[in-house]
Amino acid sequence: MTDLLVALRKDLLLQWRGRAQIVAIFAFGAATLLLFSFAIGPDSVALREHAAGFLWLGLLLASTLSLAESFEREMEEQALEGLLLLPASARALYYGKAIANCAQLTLLGVALVPVMVVLYDAGTVRLLSLLGVILLGTAGLSAPGTLYAAMTAQTRARQTLLPLLLFPLVVPVLLAAVKATSLLILGDPMGQLRPWTSLLGAFAVVHWALGGLLFGRVVED
Amino acid sequence: MAAASQHRVPQALVALGAVLLCIGSYWGLAKAPGEVFMGDVQRIMYVHVPTAWNAMLALTFAFVCAVSFLFSNAWKWDNRLEAAMEIGVVLSLLLCTQGAIWAKPTWGVWWDWDPRLTTTAVMVFAFGGILALRAFVDDPMKRAVWSAVACIVAFADVPIVYFSVKWWNSLHQAQSSPETVSKAFHWPLRINAFGILFLWTGLLALRARVAALRLRSEIAPPLPERPRAASDARASGGAS
Repeated sequence: MTDLLVALRKDLLLQWRGRAQIVAIFAFGAATLLLFSFAIGPDSVALREHAAGFLWLGLLLASTLSLAESFEREMEEQALEGLLLLPASARALYYGKAIANCAQLTLLGVALVPVMVVLYDAGTVRLLSLLGVILLGTAGLSAPGTLYAAMTAQTRARQTLLPLLLFPLVVPVLLAAVKATSLLILGDPMGQLRPWTSLLGAFAVVHWALGGLLFGRVVED
Repeated sequence: MAAASQHRVPQALVALGAVLLCIGSYWGLAKAPGEVFMGDVQRIMYVHVPTAWNAMLALTFAFVCAVSFLFSNAWKWDNRLEAAMEIGVVLSLLLCTQGAIWAKPTWGVWWDWDPRLTTTAVMVFAFGGILALRAFVDDPMKRAVWSAVACIVAFADVPIVYFSVKWWNSLHQAQSSPETVSKAFHWPLRINAFGILFLWTGLLALRARVAALRLRSEIAPPLPERPRAASDARASGGAS
């Protein structure tokens, strides 16, 4: 547990010191939200209906940048090898990085919500529920994302490989998160929010468990 | 001689599979009665359904290979994993294509966001991505471990993808099984199912052998042959 906290502190500190990068990734996400609206045209009803989908697509595209960056730093000066020589388990290193990535993506998601509200007039008063959906969704993105980023950071064509591996895998997260966010924005007369958030939770549990189990083999030399 | 005999069983399986597939398809196209509602369009079922069963089987075998490799670190499992994933992706692509051909006259569209269709498409991309990963990693050990890990994660994801899309939208007709189809349709279905099964198991053995040979040359590349003419010239130069 101490190993995990130390690893988490290290990753959060790294993110804080590279905060200019987070701002750039936020700008990228906001730009995608602006661009998506051109696909629909100036139809305010249609834009509002699709707002949740655009938010999560923007977040998904931005997440590949942020996840890839989290391991790029570990590749410099062979920092990852140094970390693995420490008397800490690879599992603690994985969970530290995955939690830090999840926190960063949640922050990014929360920051993109006002952009969505302004551009698509798609607000909700259930802010706590929205935060919960964003947290569960980003937990689902960051668990397999961190595992795959650890692999692709060490390969050629890493910019192509990470999204190629991650996007098909996180289809359930995208579906469930878009549905849940849509229900919060457009109303939920049938009470469908709970099954979708349960699906997000189940996905996160499966992938956080698998990631912790398999990460040791991914980084071994 | 030993290598030649090693190939004989897979080659025989491929030949047997091809013959069975021809017999089953002929039976399905010419002998079996047409379906009451869909007519001749339904005849694609004789390859579509066996392709679906075998695609699932090939990818399940890939998962077994991935787990076995991570536990044993034996190269034979990595070779089989590569072969099984390639075959699984090809069969899934065929499945999507046959499904689209069937869907156009039946549903009026080439593609529909039905759970099984969408899950198959997601599987093609997920396992195709792992094949791409293999192509970009030069170290054989890292390539083997990473693709095994990615295969396990992708395989565990398949049921979640299926259920998420099922909740999202559903149109596909109920799954076919020997109990749900008329007895007249059984034989061509079964013959084709075994035909495709023999075909891919034979191809898998041959493809795994190719992977093993490539691995051998990567780990211990053959020494470059010394050109005879140059060495002779050097010898004669030394004498003068």
